[in-house]
Amino acid sequence: MDAADLGGTDGWGPVVRPSDVEPEPPFPHPWEGRAFALTVLTMGRISGRNLDAFRYALSRLDRASYLDDGYYGRWLNAAELMLTDSAILAPGAVEARARARRGEDVSEPAVPEPARPDYAPTAPGSLREIGSPPRFAPGDPVRPLAEAPAPTAKLPRYVRGRAGVVTAVRPPHVLPDTHAVLAGEHPQHVYTVAFTARELWGDGAEDATVHADLSESHLEPR
Amino acid sequence: MTPDDPAPRPGPALRTEALEELLVERGLVDRAVMDGFVRTYEQDVGPLNGATVVARAWTDPDYREWLLRDGTAAIASLGFTGPQGEYMVVLEQTAEVHHVVVCTLCSCYPWPVLGLPPSWYKDPAYRARVVREPRTVLGEMGLDLPPERRIEVWDSSAEVRYLTLPRRPAGTGGLMPDELAALVTRDAMVGVAGVGAP
Repeated sequence: MDAADLGGTDGWGPVVRPSDVEPEPPFPHPWEGRAFALTVLTMGRISGRNLDAFRYALSRLDRASYLDDGYYGRWLNAAELMLTDSAILAPGAVEARARARRGEDVSEPAVPEPARPDYAPTAPGSLREIGSPPRFAPGDPVRPLAEAPAPTAKLPRYVRGRAGVVTAVRPPHVLPDTHAVLAGEHPQHVYTVAFTARELWGDGAEDATVHADLSESHLEPR
Repeated sequence: MTPDDPAPRPGPALRTEALEELLVERGLVDRAVMDGFVRTYEQDVGPLNGATVVARAWTDPDYREWLLRDGTAAIASLGFTGPQGEYMVVLEQTAEVHHVVVCTLCSCYPWPVLGLPPSWYKDPAYRARVVREPRTVLGEMGLDLPPERRIEVWDSSAEVRYLTLPRRPAGTGGLMPDELAALVTRDAMVGVAGVGAP
């Protein structure tokens, strides 16, 4: 996770004050609703990929594609990336069509031979039953891995290698590490792990506890 | 057009139109299905669902206990289920501890009870900063907590979605559940605001 892994990063300036933007409709601009619907359909049906693949596509966007057009802009860009991954669309097809629609003289790339993956989840959603009991229990001291085991792993950078304590055992979920790249669901327990702000940010930190939900294979006992 | 003078890249509205047109031409997207998705999230799925859950918890101690123990089931009993809410956990605000929810890796949010996330929740500044300086961030957002109240931040970085149960404001003892629900904002259910008295 690169473009998307924002926890603890600097340089963003003030947050948005809710009272300055509300009441806020779900889609302030009509195109945002269209981009939302196109993306949901893309990740669910058209590209043959899944929600974890969508999140992985978001994390692979360059910084401008991630940030410049806002939330549904990044959805649109990730949907396009999933569709080009599956060769439903040629690279550049969307931009060429958009330029053509505003009157530029552009040639559009040929429609490729689709390579939609032959992959289906074993069940809807991400919750799964597994035979093995949870490895950790509430109160167990744990430490997330110091490095993400895969670029698809959902392991925020700011908790890697930090000392935490399990506060809750959650039901098994599919593992994004493999599911995002259509390499199997590998369901495993998820744990809520608490970290002191001082452990995460150093002695000058504001006093707080931060909880993160982490997959079993991303945790080690300490 | 020369390399020194490129026409600017088309903006997201135009690129969305282009993508929709390409997929419709190929028979991969049905515009009526798209319209249905948009309408559902504009009209049916929104924070009123969560406010209904909160009002019920404020007026029914057994329901409150169930909600805090098994949020997903207690919420489903009121008819609120669906994508991005397969497993939901409810956190109770108290005089001692204040909970605030974020998703630092994306913008995970409990859609069945709150609808689609608002702009401030998706904003990089909120995602980056609330795990690092929550008291400062909450103050910027208009919520000044007493110094003795502990802060717990919940980063929903897997498929666990959080809803906070706000504190019931004083002076609301005579209100009906629908009147109580009208007081409960989405901001309060994420933990960046309190619920004011009517």
